[in-house]
Amino acid sequence: MNETATPTIAPEARPRLPRGVRLVHNEAQGGWVLLAPERVFKADQIAAEVVKRCTGEATFDAIVEDLATTFNAPPERVRSDVAALLRGLADKKLLEL
Amino acid sequence: MQTQADPRPAPAAALHSPLGLLAELTHRCPLGCPYCSNPLELDRRTDELDTATWARVFREAAALGVLQVHLSGGEPAARRDLVDIMAAARDAGLYTNLITSGVGVTTKLLGALADAGLDHVQISIQDSEPKSADHIAGYDGAYARKRALAAEVVALKVPLTANIVIHRANIERVDELVAMALEMGATRVEIAHVQYYGWALKNRAALMPTREQVERAVGRVEALRERHHGRIVIDAVVPDYHARFPKPCVGGWGRRSLNVTPSGRVLPCHAAESIPGLEFWSVRDRPLREIWESSPAFNAFRGTAFLPEPCQGCARRDLDFGGCRCQAFALTGDAKATDPVCHLSPHHHVVEELAAFREDGPYVYRRG
Repeated sequence: MNETATPTIAPEARPRLPRGVRLVHNEAQGGWVLLAPERVFKADQIAAEVVKRCTGEATFDAIVEDLATTFNAPPERVRSDVAALLRGLADKKLLEL
Repeated sequence: MQTQADPRPAPAAALHSPLGLLAELTHRCPLGCPYCSNPLELDRRTDELDTATWARVFREAAALGVLQVHLSGGEPAARRDLVDIMAAARDAGLYTNLITSGVGVTTKLLGALADAGLDHVQISIQDSEPKSADHIAGYDGAYARKRALAAEVVALKVPLTANIVIHRANIERVDELVAMALEMGATRVEIAHVQYYGWALKNRAALMPTREQVERAVGRVEALRERHHGRIVIDAVVPDYHARFPKPCVGGWGRRSLNVTPSGRVLPCHAAESIPGLEFWSVRDRPLREIWESSPAFNAFRGTAFLPEPCQGCARRDLDFGGCRCQAFALTGDAKATDPVCHLSPHHHVVEELAAFREDGPYVYRRG
């Protein structure tokens, strides 16, 4: 496998936040933050929209389709961006795939 | 996504919102670790804040921007109202982290905490060798209890961090310690080289590793992080007596975090009371916001204007804020000095001499 390749995620995967990881909105901190053990990640609007959909119910395919429709964006581009984001979160133990 | 730890210089006048609150619920602890970060003079049980006051502190903290609360001590399980305290923090919207020795957290207590929404548990680990672990903790059976509790935490699907405190007696076993954390089911491990404050300062000569040991350990951690990428997160606290630059202590004085002692004094960091002459305010007398914004102790070293050279002209001034105030005081007698850990400090030789001084003697165990 090529290391620089875009990460792929199974279409039927149902990503979810594990226990101990929570997305919250905090005015004083200026927006969305992802809270994890001893760590705080600032989530921009797009990342927050993606993470909100990681409920363990929706499949990766459904999330991509939903985002592409909601934001009127090209599905293939959304797919690769979301896959990269989710893979990065999973590597940091912030997401279960 | 961007981590909040990104070092971005801030305008000097801007007052940040704190992100984290260290709640020292009690100084009581069954363990006697010789590197305990509690002060040598411990708060008494009779002076501890009650449940309702902690609940108010958590609500005020959340309104101030605090996102995470670290329920610590001493041993937080020494408080009979721990479940109520945790639930109050959760109700305030805070992320709750239990920092425990493991001793005193019964199966029943853990279950109640998990049911009430506890987000994360951090267990301190003394060593991968049971005998040595119990010797360091000054408590027979501590190792076994910690292993048992870890299994219970994992079974409840609450994320677990193993906090491994590193010093001369265990520094050669970094590999075994990380293997043990994996075996315990931890998703995160903290390799915390002892920092010399409180009881650790008293035991410094008995805890100090050699430079070669530190370098080997740092190398091992790098290799382990690569090998276990995606399986376990390995965070490391630098061994600062052997560093070239100081740590940005608590993310900058009065900038990112605050600490409430068992009796309610609010400190910029847990060691702040070691600096003489600072005036600390208490949550018994004032709301948290007023303390954060106006207490003399918080404003004593906010920003960087007080720093001398070589800090003022240094490119790292807004990255590390001149290092740690408590360490500057402990090692130079001047809390405004450049942290002597920095190789550019005129006092750096002091750190080098202390880092080279080792004495094998019995530990002075923390008691109380």
